[in-house]
Amino acid sequence: MFSTSFTWNDFLFLLQGAWVTLLLTLGAMAIGTVAGVLCGLLRALLPRATLPLSWLLDVFRSVPLLIQFVLFNSLKSIAGLNWSAFTVACIVLGIYATAFCTEIVRSGVLAVPFNLRRASRSLGLTYLQDLRYIVLPIATRVAFPGWLNLVLSVMKDTALVMWIGIVELLRASQTIVTRIQEPLLVLCIAGLIYYVMSLVVARLGARLETRWQEND
Amino acid sequence: MFDYTFHWRAAYKALPDMLAGAWVTFETAALSMVFGVIIALLLTLMRQGRNPVLRGFAATWISIARNTPSLFQIYILYFGLGSFGLHVSSWFALLAGITFNNAGYLAENFRGGLKAVPDTQLRAARSLGMSAAQAYRLIVVPQLLRIVFYPLTNQMVWAVLMTSLGVIVGLNNDLTGVTQDYNVKTFRTFEFFALAAVLYYLIAKAIVAVARILSWRLFRY
Repeated sequence: MFSTSFTWNDFLFLLQGAWVTLLLTLGAMAIGTVAGVLCGLLRALLPRATLPLSWLLDVFRSVPLLIQFVLFNSLKSIAGLNWSAFTVACIVLGIYATAFCTEIVRSGVLAVPFNLRRASRSLGLTYLQDLRYIVLPIATRVAFPGWLNLVLSVMKDTALVMWIGIVELLRASQTIVTRIQEPLLVLCIAGLIYYVMSLVVARLGARLETRWQEND
Repeated sequence: MFDYTFHWRAAYKALPDMLAGAWVTFETAALSMVFGVIIALLLTLMRQGRNPVLRGFAATWISIARNTPSLFQIYILYFGLGSFGLHVSSWFALLAGITFNNAGYLAENFRGGLKAVPDTQLRAARSLGMSAAQAYRLIVVPQLLRIVFYPLTNQMVWAVLMTSLGVIVGLNNDLTGVTQDYNVKTFRTFEFFALAAVLYYLIAKAIVAVARILSWRLFRY
């Protein structure tokens, strides 16, 4: 009754897909975090001057990711750039993550009480020292849970890159389904892998968070 | 290097069809929100209750909805139900998938909102002679809605964006589906999808604007 043609090799194929998913998440988050911290700092420190930046980033949050992928992919062909689909996916997801990361970092920086910064300045720290030793450590603790949520949501959003032809976890499961015709089983296994990956990231993050809060 | 001429006229000609698609998109998102809110309230109640089976059910629902991609959830409804002999249309699979997802996220929001309503409010209402149902209906839920209103709008925008996934399971009358149909016919990918992106942006902004006006009207003390 429970016979299945799902083999060990199929499982390895799924794991390979999961590895691509993880790589994509890593690449996108690397771009998103660096750009997001920069933009977020700018937004928090120069709110008036960088207003256009927030409008620009808002566009990436209000347009479906799927359409962003298609648009960027065709733009790449129009401009004649010979990039791989993986690069395109990383860049699009990276910009998408930047848009969210900026808001997270901005609210983190704004959460640092202004009196604290005044105190540090009056103790003789320069503006940059104040930023480096006072604002960033506190803002990091505030922003970290939001950042972790962003990692999890980007990991889930990588499922959409199948549309531009990258074989990641969900696409790999589709390939196997086409061959052995047991959609429920294969999809459940793929879902389980996603679930475990999210859970591991969430647990690691929670552990880091408690460790940071030890001497607060 | 750059030898591509844009043909926007074709995209403009498709605009009426795409607007019709946008309406389908909005309808689907709104329906999924309505069902999502109802289910999320039920899930929140189940979580508060004492029955371990219901609690487990709610916890499982929420953790699956939050920890797997929404595309996966739509897939499992579209392809997975087929193995039970239940063949659903792609629109239904999309709606059910988004509703499932919304309910999971909203239940978490409602839990947070419920925590933010002070316990003393409920106790005061009870000691003024209200029944439990009355106290919930007249005291707790209005305050809860006020707190979760902003996350609710956010989730509505998310729902609109998520409807674009319908095209992957073969839906062809929502905004992305219509766009993809035209794209397949003419191969003017950039023009059509740029127009679709503009429409999505406008829908999202319209939702936020309406919510802002609504909250200004509703939540005045």
